[in-house]
Amino acid sequence: MSDKDLDVNAGLRESSTFDLHSMAEIRRAAETGIYDIRGFGAKRKVPHFDDLLFLGASMSRYPLEGYREACNTKVTLGTRFAKKPIELDIPVTIAGMSFGALSANAKEALGRGASEVGTSTTTGDGGMTPEERGQSKKLVYQYLPSRYGMNPDDLRKADAIEVVLGQGAKPGGGGMLLGQKITDRVAQMRTLPKGVDQRSACRHPDWTGPDDLAIKIQELREITDWQVPIYIKVGATRTYYDVKLAAKAGADVIVVDGMQGGTAATQEVFIEHVGIPTMAAIPQAVQALQEMGMHRKVQLIVSGGIRNGADVAKCMALGADAVAIGTAALIALGCNHPKWDEEFRKIGSAAGYYDDYHEGKDPAGISTQDPELSKRLDPVAGGHRLANYLRVLTMEAQTLARACGKNDLRNLEPEDLVALTVESAAMARVPLAGTSWIPGQGF
Amino acid sequence: MKIIDLEKSTVRELNQALHDQHEECTEREWEVTGVKGDHNLAVGLDESISVHIKGHAGYYCAGMNKKANIVVHGNAGQGVGENMMSGQVRVMGDASQSAGATAHGGLLVIEGNAGARCGISLKGADIVVKGNVGHMSCFMAQAGNLVVCGDAGDALGDSLYETRIYVKGTVKSLGADCVEKEMRAEHIQELTDLLNRAGVDENPSSFKRYGSARNLYNFKVDNASAY
Repeated sequence: MSDKDLDVNAGLRESSTFDLHSMAEIRRAAETGIYDIRGFGAKRKVPHFDDLLFLGASMSRYPLEGYREACNTKVTLGTRFAKKPIELDIPVTIAGMSFGALSANAKEALGRGASEVGTSTTTGDGGMTPEERGQSKKLVYQYLPSRYGMNPDDLRKADAIEVVLGQGAKPGGGGMLLGQKITDRVAQMRTLPKGVDQRSACRHPDWTGPDDLAIKIQELREITDWQVPIYIKVGATRTYYDVKLAAKAGADVIVVDGMQGGTAATQEVFIEHVGIPTMAAIPQAVQALQEMGMHRKVQLIVSGGIRNGADVAKCMALGADAVAIGTAALIALGCNHPKWDEEFRKIGSAAGYYDDYHEGKDPAGISTQDPELSKRLDPVAGGHRLANYLRVLTMEAQTLARACGKNDLRNLEPEDLVALTVESAAMARVPLAGTSWIPGQGF
Repeated sequence: MKIIDLEKSTVRELNQALHDQHEECTEREWEVTGVKGDHNLAVGLDESISVHIKGHAGYYCAGMNKKANIVVHGNAGQGVGENMMSGQVRVMGDASQSAGATAHGGLLVIEGNAGARCGISLKGADIVVKGNVGHMSCFMAQAGNLVVCGDAGDALGDSLYETRIYVKGTVKSLGADCVEKEMRAEHIQELTDLLNRAGVDENPSSFKRYGSARNLYNFKVDNASAY
């Protein structure tokens, strides 16, 4: 019998409004006088891909034979203007995460894992490290408001450039890296004093709107002689308009990060209360591109809460060209692993719950700059685990695509999907299962 | 002297010709004519060459410059010398906002005035402005120096890290965590060097120095364990 059952039997009733978590937060705020900062993504329940189902083939559709009939997973990103588009073997990329937020070993492991299966990794708000450039066959270099470590040599070493306007965990907010993680090397890469609480700008320092951004993109193209694709990443909010403006500004690829996307350090109130779910953002982005005649010409990458091959397939069925994973990749490396439970408890957390990435005390050695903790992650073994996981994501997505009769993941379409709830039907713009009703689109 | 006329050539052709000098330097002196406010002129250079831009430049002129000496014989648009790494960029006229944004190294000289956010997020370069600078100059600037021979606008040095700011004229207001600091001998020496390098004839002892009070470097220490 759980504690909760005991409480109920004793006639105790928890308030739905002032639940135990809310009460604890009020006490914490009252005691400390500061908002809660944490890592990870939104923990609240939002309509997600679990609320969608595929309609497998039967009489009216013709399935493909599993394992024997090919189902293509390759995707080419940046076909609009770049002389050298990025060719990926699988449509699952690794999202931007900084050295600083993550240990050098973790960055190396991400590069190794991604390279093993022919996909790309992405730098973060701390510049490009030799470790990740060395281990990533395809590396996307983020161009962020902070411009930490930004330099033309690394820009020209990149396989693509991602201009970051925002991220799903905190659309409208800048990066944050607290002093505990600003070691000598991190400080040097960011040109900051050691130990400061670093707050990155939320806006770029030298452009202020879409017309300026178009010129900025031209500048990046000129500096790199139009060789590599330029992505624009936005946090999912007014996605329909943001995607239109990004395409107009000249992006080769647009990355839309939903509210379930992770962060290394942000105010909890920001993580939980800003942005829209990934599933709701995709149809807006696709509509925007379709209206401009740019769907598939400007490729769409979506991220935020992707966990398995079904999530991948559903994103692609809704019109994405590829997805990006961050939190899931860290979990594949060993983040929140139960084998460290005792140590998680010593720092006031538990395996499966740990989100204090900003403290730099991660027992799994991933979101830390502590040299002893970092050693716990073997970059070769970690990279192999990530590669395994990426292979499973791909095979699962292929399984679903073949069942729907598709010989390419990108041939999946909204018509292959139905929704389990009215909310998800409205957001994903697919019919409620067993009906032809898409809320908001009449009967 | 190699002359590229933008009435006959494109900006792409100009930049490619200048980039090619990194592989094999065939000409050290360049002149760009027919300039009509074009954006992204002479960006991403990586060779010790001189480029004279004969006219007004648009956005991001000399962006990410390394080694080159670039002179704009006119005004410059937004973000002149943004993220430059080394070399020297000189604007003979006025510069628009975000001049020298995030620049890591080298020297940027503005002979006229600079607009808002001059030296925003500066990361180690030196900027010398003979005239005035606009509001929010050196916002979140991390390293390097800004010298203003005229006046500074509102919120100078807001959220400043370790950049040093020298102003001869008035400062309309200081931003959060920016304070006036003592001019010691080492600062007079540093400023003298900066003025000499920029070729500006001013008396260093007539300047005041501003820097970070470092009160925003960490959130409230009392609550550090709760972050």
